[in-house]
Parts: sequence; C-alpha cells; structure tokens
Amino acid sequence: MIKIQGLSKSFGSFYALRDLSLEIHPGEYWMIVGPNGAGKTTLLKIIATLSQPTTGKIVIDEIKSEANRIHIRKQIGFIGHQSFLYENLTAEENLKFYARMYRLENIENRIANTLAQVGLTERKSDLVRTFSRGMQQRLSIGRALLADPTIILLDEPFSGLDQSAIENFVDLFTSLISPDRMIIMTTHDLHLGLQLATHFAVITRGKLVQQGLTNLYTLDGFKSLYRKLTGEGH
Amino acid sequence: MPANAILTIAWKDILSEFRSRETISSMLIFCLIVVVIFNFMFEPGSSLVKEMVPGILWVAITFAGILGLNRSFIYEVDQGCLLGLLLCPVDHYMLYLGKMIGNFFFMVIMEIIIIPLMIILFNLDILNILLPLLLIVLLGSLGFAAVGTLLSAISVNTRAREILLPVLLFPIAIPILLAAVKATGALINEGTFASAQSWIRILTGFDIIFLVISSLLFEYVVED
Repeated sequence: MIKIQGLSKSFGSFYALRDLSLEIHPGEYWMIVGPNGAGKTTLLKIIATLSQPTTGKIVIDEIKSEANRIHIRKQIGFIGHQSFLYENLTAEENLKFYARMYRLENIENRIANTLAQVGLTERKSDLVRTFSRGMQQRLSIGRALLADPTIILLDEPFSGLDQSAIENFVDLFTSLISPDRMIIMTTHDLHLGLQLATHFAVITRGKLVQQGLTNLYTLDGFKSLYRKLTGEGH
Repeated sequence: MPANAILTIAWKDILSEFRSRETISSMLIFCLIVVVIFNFMFEPGSSLVKEMVPGILWVAITFAGILGLNRSFIYEVDQGCLLGLLLCPVDHYMLYLGKMIGNFFFMVIMEIIIIPLMIILFNLDILNILLPLLLIVLLGSLGFAAVGTLLSAISVNTRAREILLPVLLFPIAIPILLAAVKATGALINEGTFASAQSWIRILTGFDIIFLVISSLLFEYVVED
C-alpha cells in the first residue's frame, strides 16, 4: 500500500504540492488529473524517490520511502512520455542494460518474454533510432515491466501517440492491472483515464481537491466535475 | 555488486559511441588541428619544442576533452534517459563513476592516437620516458574526467551548456592541469622519472580528492 501523508513540495516560494494525502491499495489504478503545473509530475517524482518532499512523507508497504530509496526503486516501473531508451543501442541491448542495472536474474529469458509481451521480438536486434514513436513507447513499457514492478507510474503515457497506437496501449495498460499491483497515471485525457482507472484524484495548484471512484461518473459527468474543480474547460 | 552497475553504464556509453562515433571523431579532429597548427610554428626536434610540447599536449587534451564531456550528459537528457538512470535501484555515485569511466575511456582513446602523432610531428626523442609520460597523461585525464563529469551533469540542464561547462571546469581543474603540465615538462626536459615524481604525487592526490568529492556531490547535483 502507498500512504501519502501531508505531502508538500516547494521550490523557493512556489508550492508545487500542498498538504496532499492519499492512500493507494494493491489492485487499484489511479488517474491523477489537473491543469498544467498542478503538481502531477512532481507527485510521481516524489513517489519514485527522485525528489524529496519539503514536508510530509510517503510510506510504501510500511517502509518510509526516504529511508530506503533503493528498495523502493526496485518496486517501481516508470513510463513517461519520453522513452528512457538509448537510440544507438538495439531493443535487446537497451533491455539488457536496464536488467543489469536492476540486478535481475535470468536476464535472457526475461528479455525474451518482455519483447514478446510488447510485440517486438522480430525487431530485437534493430537500433532503437530506427523505431517509430509507437514502437519506442512499447519498448519503454517493456523496460518498465522488466523487473516485474508492483508500482507502475505512468506520466502522460499517451502524449505524442497517434490514435491506433493509443488503442494498442489501452489494451496493454489494461493487461497490467493485477491484484498485487498499484498503477498511478497522470493524464490530460479524461476519456482514456476513465476507461482505464478505478480511482481518480484531481489536483489543482498543488492541492488535492477531489478523489473517488471512476465508475460513479459518466464521461460528461466527470468533465463537468473537472471544470468545476479546476475552472478549466475540457 | 556495485562494480557491475558502474561497468554496465560505462559499457553502455562505449557501445553507443562505437555505433555513432560522434564524440571520439570530434575530439580527435580538434586534437589533430591543435597539434598540426603548433607543428607549423616550431622547428621539429628543437629545444624550444621540448619546452612547448607539455603545453601543446595538455591544450589538445583538455579542449578536446571538453568536447567529449559536453556530449556525455546530452545523450542522457535527450530521451529522458537520465531519469531512467536515476530510477535504477543503485546509489547515485555509481552512476557518476560509470559516466566518469566512459569519459575517461574516450580521452584515453584520443591520447593513444595523438601522442604517437606528436612524437613523429615534433621529432621528439622520448621513447625512454614513454611509460612515465603515459602515467602522467592517464592521471591528468582521470582528474580532468572526474571534475568534468560532475560539472557536465550540472551544466546539461542549462541553456548555455556548451559555454557553461568550460567556464566552470577550467578554474576548478587548474590544480590538476598545473600538476599535469609541470610533471610532463619536468619529465620531457630532464628526461628522468625522478624529476617528475613530486608533481606526479601531487597529481595523484588531486585525482583522489576530486574523485571522492565529485562522487559525493553527484547525488545533490541530479536531484530536484
């Protein structure tokens, strides 16, 4: 379980997050929505131990994340709108690099399974720079899943993808849901967010203004709620 | 094993460079230009050449080294790979050491090519002191790469990164460059290892200090 308690993050006098508290349980898929600059990515970075909170804390499976960052990072798979892939390495070499960095065992089998899962077995020996944006994103998902993480952080994963790629990713992201896994996704796409997530949180100006279950809302109902909370048209 | 993570990063950088050859080629071309231009100025084999060679060698190494250091973290930032590296479950000083070894390796490759070329072009009779000379070059390059890798990580997120790196690096690297130039000069002019020994000790000391400090500071440099 991820327990976020009274989390604040400031950069000088600017507060990116203010007194944010949230509980995320295994099996839940959260979408975090809010206007640009609301603090969504900052929240993901703090959960991923890449940034320290100014006040408050995050406890993951009873372990305070600041106290054991390396242990927490082992459990996290991060997928952003950038691929985190090296263009001059092949798909297989990229996965091998990250597998070694995560000190995984049985690397060859894991890589073969991951490539099959994201449908890139045929292209495993090709340099990543020859891949389309959609293929790079698929490999990026494979990279994040390589260590079989229990927490998956998705930061605007649909950004820059065409419609057919998005449809493929919706299927892939749906397949990630499992009873022992927690998924947190930031997105501007309320339609896809509602389709995928079980829970939502709306953040505006660093404050958590609403949270709840997605299945209580229709798309129009959620859009209307979002507009009311953020003052933003959608 | 911590060493595995360090070597994995260095392996990744070397393999990427082997494929693109962008860094090494620009470093080598710059080095060649410097050496050839200075070669036009001095009579090969003259006593003046012996006095100037240490300076020429280190001008070539440091300026070409900067080209390599500048690119080192640009590749990491391009596709968000730095974030991917920071997410790996390893201490951040290992990321620094891995990047530093990669940068050091590229400088050594460049030096393996440029030193024999300088011996030929300047008609230097230094074969009997070649091993101590290589030791000085390796120590100087190690210290330079140690400071440069840290500063490259600082400058990469700024707009004027190509300018900022040398502006930050040269003042901080002065102790290393001074010791390296003095050690090279003493060795080439006196012709004995003993004449350069004290400078080599100082150079080794600075290498250790800069390596330790840079490893410790890297964590703070890459964090938000």
